[in-house]
Amino acid sequence: MAGAIAIKGRTLVEKIAAKASGRVDARAGDLVTAEVDLCFAHDSSGPRRWAPMLAELGRGLWDPSKVVIASDHYVPAVDAESAAILSLTRRFAADHGVGHFYDMEGIGHMLLAERGLVRPGMLVAGGDSHTPMAGAFGAYAAGYGATDMAAIAATGRTWLQVPATIRVEWRGALRDGVTAKDMMLFLCRELGMDNAFRAVEFAGPTVEAMSMPERLVLTNMAAELGAETGVVAPDGVTFAWLREAGAPVSDEAEARSWASDPDAAYEVVHRFDAGVLEPMIARPHSPANSVPASEAEGQAIDQAYIGACVGAKLEDLRMAARVLAGQRVAAGVRLLIAPASSRVIQAASEDGTLATLMAAGATLMPSGCGACAGMGAGLLADGEVCISTTNRNFKGRMGHAGAEVYLGSPYSVAAAAVAGRIVDPRGYLGQQRAAA
Amino acid sequence: MTGRAFVFGDQIDTDLLAPGHLMKLDLDALASHCLEAIDPSFARTVQPGDFVVAGLNFGLGSSREQAAVSLKHLGVQAVIAKSFARIFWRNAINLGLPAITLPEAGEIAAGDRLSLDLMAGRLTNQTTGRTYGFAPFPDHLTAMMRDGGLIAHLKRRSADAQPKTGAAA
Repeated sequence: MAGAIAIKGRTLVEKIAAKASGRVDARAGDLVTAEVDLCFAHDSSGPRRWAPMLAELGRGLWDPSKVVIASDHYVPAVDAESAAILSLTRRFAADHGVGHFYDMEGIGHMLLAERGLVRPGMLVAGGDSHTPMAGAFGAYAAGYGATDMAAIAATGRTWLQVPATIRVEWRGALRDGVTAKDMMLFLCRELGMDNAFRAVEFAGPTVEAMSMPERLVLTNMAAELGAETGVVAPDGVTFAWLREAGAPVSDEAEARSWASDPDAAYEVVHRFDAGVLEPMIARPHSPANSVPASEAEGQAIDQAYIGACVGAKLEDLRMAARVLAGQRVAAGVRLLIAPASSRVIQAASEDGTLATLMAAGATLMPSGCGACAGMGAGLLADGEVCISTTNRNFKGRMGHAGAEVYLGSPYSVAAAAVAGRIVDPRGYLGQQRAAA
Repeated sequence: MTGRAFVFGDQIDTDLLAPGHLMKLDLDALASHCLEAIDPSFARTVQPGDFVVAGLNFGLGSSREQAAVSLKHLGVQAVIAKSFARIFWRNAINLGLPAITLPEAGEIAAGDRLSLDLMAGRLTNQTTGRTYGFAPFPDHLTAMMRDGGLIAHLKRRSADAQPKTGAAA
């Protein structure tokens, strides 16, 4: 992929929109027809919805090599209906020669990241609202519904209105026990969830110092801000991750051109100090209902859930293990862990993380979206209370509409599992034993 | 065609419109639970031609198109809201379900009789006598809705056409 054309004063998403639409320049507000570089969907949003529309159009996939399908929502099948959806997905992938088909290997967003499929400068269209997660690689990654995605799968193109960019700059070092998840729960409250047709760019020394898995949390939850995409400019951290994933960037200077210019025009720039941020807990039924953990302390829980694209990466499991090492899950509480991919399970098995979690009394669940989207196992009964590392706590999302879901970091969820109630996790760190 | 207003508040999310644990059901069954967590009688009482009226950020959350499909399946003529979440808005338009941004949506009360002239960009509240203008959709979206949604539009148009923006190279 050639680098961005050098024109002054452009944001990263403006550069990608220009490249994708074959224009010299594209600016916020412009309506363009764009060619996508990667088309992603899962078992719930993809083939089961695309197949009838493609048939109606009399079309196949425009370029199977650029299509990624991951069965992650209904895995493993629990009844005849979910089995039929998975079967249809397998058949579609085979019939259409889908270039990248992952059948129960993990959550699609995690697979895009760990398999090195996303490159700086790409336009990624995904049939899932958390597609912006891929923007952590310096890509313009946006979620779409099934009809938009079927049209993209058939033509490789879509229309877009180039979004204005909100820049969020973080300075200062996060305190021990405070994470990217806490930053995003804080931002949901500060910026609200009504930022449609905008991009959010995460920048500043705090973000530059973050690992790739933590950056993925920022861009993942750009979806909760209502943004079209979240982006982080690619740098040495990005390139090291892609090398590790077996997909090294050949020309790093070119890849670095996929960043906003110093004189780019932003809709607004927000500046926050990460050094004063506390662990944040979102109360029911919105990620924007977030408060410092100290204000949510004492709420008793029935279930603690560590899962989802945003909250079950290897690093998330390690955070939980740091809290749970040598501890036991409180009586009357169940701790469910659904790692984000089979590779995460393998890595957590090899480094002892999994053993620490199991010894504390956690229940290991299959890799997949699980209870987060209300489609897998681990759902809640009327009146039950759960604290979860997932990204949404809408009413009825994780089971009964009378259930209550709190959101927090893996530290916060693990600490609540030990205490049996919501606590500030900073009182539960540093108990790491030799095993972990 | 006039219809009654069913009025909801801000931040109506896709789990309220299409609950996740019911997503594997067929459309009839799924739509019968639309919005039940906040209005148990909605799906039973809404009639073809009625309107859903809401506040800020209608349809936030998941990309699940069934959120919009369910409303269309129940016969909702249009959704009128102070603002929309992006994916829901695109989904609705793609299905030929008008999603109309109207800052004055809060002036509409439950049960008011509304009539919509999409091409003229005009919504009339026959109960109060007030008429509201709204910004017209871009030409390529108007053309798409006139054709009955994105798939019907693509079918009608030649070979590799996405709805043209007129701005493409």
